[in-house]
Amino acid sequence: MKTTYREAMRAAIRDALQRDDRVFLMGEDVGAYGGCFAVSLGLFEEFGPERIRDTPLSESGFVGAGIGAALGGMRPIVEIMTVNFSLLALDQLVNNAATLLHMSGGQFNVPLVIRMTTGAGRQLGAQHSHSLEGWYAHIPGLRILTPATLEDARGMLWTALEDPDPVLIFEHGTLYNVAGELADDAGPVDISTAAVRRPGKDISIITYGGTLPAVLDAATRLAGDGIDAEVLDLRVLRPLDDAAILGSVAKTHRAVVVDEGWRSGSISAELSARITENAFFDLDAPVGRVCSAEVPLPYAKHLELAALPTAERIVAAAREAVGARG
Amino acid sequence: MTGTSARGTASGDSDHTRHLLHQMLRVRRLEEQCVELYSAAKIRGFLHVYIGEEAVAAGVMATLGPDDAVVATYREHGHALLRGVPAGAILAEMYGYVEGCCRGRGGSMHLFDAATRFYGGNAIVAGGLPLAVGLALADKMSGRSRVTACFFGEGAVAEGEFHESLNLAALWQLPVLFCCENNLYAMGTALARSESQTDIALKAAGYEIASWSADGMDVLAVEETARRAVDAVRAGGGPHFLELRTYRFRAHSMFDPERYRDKAEVSRWMERDPIDKLRNALEAAGQLTDKDWKSIQQDVEAEVKAAVEFAEAGTLEPVEDLTRFVYSERGPQ
Repeated sequence: MKTTYREAMRAAIRDALQRDDRVFLMGEDVGAYGGCFAVSLGLFEEFGPERIRDTPLSESGFVGAGIGAALGGMRPIVEIMTVNFSLLALDQLVNNAATLLHMSGGQFNVPLVIRMTTGAGRQLGAQHSHSLEGWYAHIPGLRILTPATLEDARGMLWTALEDPDPVLIFEHGTLYNVAGELADDAGPVDISTAAVRRPGKDISIITYGGTLPAVLDAATRLAGDGIDAEVLDLRVLRPLDDAAILGSVAKTHRAVVVDEGWRSGSISAELSARITENAFFDLDAPVGRVCSAEVPLPYAKHLELAALPTAERIVAAAREAVGARG
Repeated sequence: MTGTSARGTASGDSDHTRHLLHQMLRVRRLEEQCVELYSAAKIRGFLHVYIGEEAVAAGVMATLGPDDAVVATYREHGHALLRGVPAGAILAEMYGYVEGCCRGRGGSMHLFDAATRFYGGNAIVAGGLPLAVGLALADKMSGRSRVTACFFGEGAVAEGEFHESLNLAALWQLPVLFCCENNLYAMGTALARSESQTDIALKAAGYEIASWSADGMDVLAVEETARRAVDAVRAGGGPHFLELRTYRFRAHSMFDPERYRDKAEVSRWMERDPIDKLRNALEAAGQLTDKDWKSIQQDVEAEVKAAVEFAEAGTLEPVEDLTRFVYSERGPQ
């Protein structure tokens, strides 16, 4: 069937609400407004205000309430409008959600799912455009998901709700309108492994989430030049699928990491380090990185574009890696 | 609504009143023992004792049932103990032993116990308030008539999470009992130096929450006020707020040189010691004999001694288990 990323996400939420009475959705404007990004449009009418629960603008309060509700036996899905706003809830996310199981010596699970948008590309300026999922991937106790495809938008949520630990799902804002074919029987997918989105033998381009379309575009262009790029979609930023990452590099001997976060201290830095530590002798070139410019994301379209990983920059980085002689 | 409870008296059920005295003494002696063990370097980390404030935990806990939930702060040994966590498991936790209530992973500031629905042990000021709101939300959505009692100090009142939590609890009419232990100092910051409005019950009432204050040095006053509030919460009356006016006799923590208050002030409050106060009242009413008091003391001494022995006999968790419980052993299906 023809669908969009937004509709696939909505179908996943509806499915979860139907499957399990303990599931409810909570967040700013998720109810009467239909969701800031229209993800929950119509669910308020279908499931009512108890289960599609509008919250005040108080991220720390309702994220903490989500944690408490999870401790109390519910299966909350908490929507935070954007990753930038999640910083107001960092205390609850980092000091409580991520730590309670360990601090309690294994007594208290936090089966909570948090969804939020991330990323730039819509001229929203610095306070609505950052990609901070790499920060969250720094934190033990959290599972970090970055659905990039319709299948993952449809399938990751239920598996996340089955996880006894807190799961953060980052939805890139430019993906919501992506349309395509999704199998009628599409359902839950695993949330542990990376996926090869395009097999290739000359170079591994490793990415996740919102930059996957640009990477696939770059791979097509590279193919025109006779460079056969493998595209690896991480899908999960914590815990990372080392086997898939190292397996791809062992095959292609070259890697470029594409990450919309800033380069310094980023998830791409972690990937580069892991590849160097574990696959140094497989490499025929230094690990390349294409990240966002180290600036707060600007509003003006030409400046915003100049700051982001684009297909052109990915192509250039891949060519450089392939041109390098090991 | 705001108000101040009637002053407690030593009338009524004298067995129950002696029980409250016993409970306060358990907390007092366990913590005096903690201080000794700390000085002997048997236990480490930050140690915040509740000495002087025992009437608050003893009075409120007496009103809760086994299905209710408790959320507390980093000054929570007494709450854990009176909630039913064994003294030995509390002490072993501070020793860092696997026999501790959190296998030695939490320490003094992070006591947890699933069996008694004791949800911390939260060392971030105000960090437990949203959790309490969520626990209460789960109860309300599930149609259970349980109460979540949330303890926090008056320092939490300045945090955003306090306001976010009170607003949510009142907006959704959740079964939470907020218990503000107003001991007048947030570490070394006096209430009047940190709050524009120092009447905390009044502040809570601004969220349309029924709020009362009570003398936190009088366990009977605390219990009476808390019982009215818990009954109202359980009956579906939404969140209630208690400001319990108390004082800690010791420093904020073992590292606090206490430069922010003078000894005369501390002495004045120590004259209102909640244990002495109740003991004297019971004796005056002829409800506590010397023999009764000795028996209570002996019980407490025996409990604390056994707890120390239990902790001393504790063992270290194997280092190979370091990374257990970061994620659940049952991963995603």
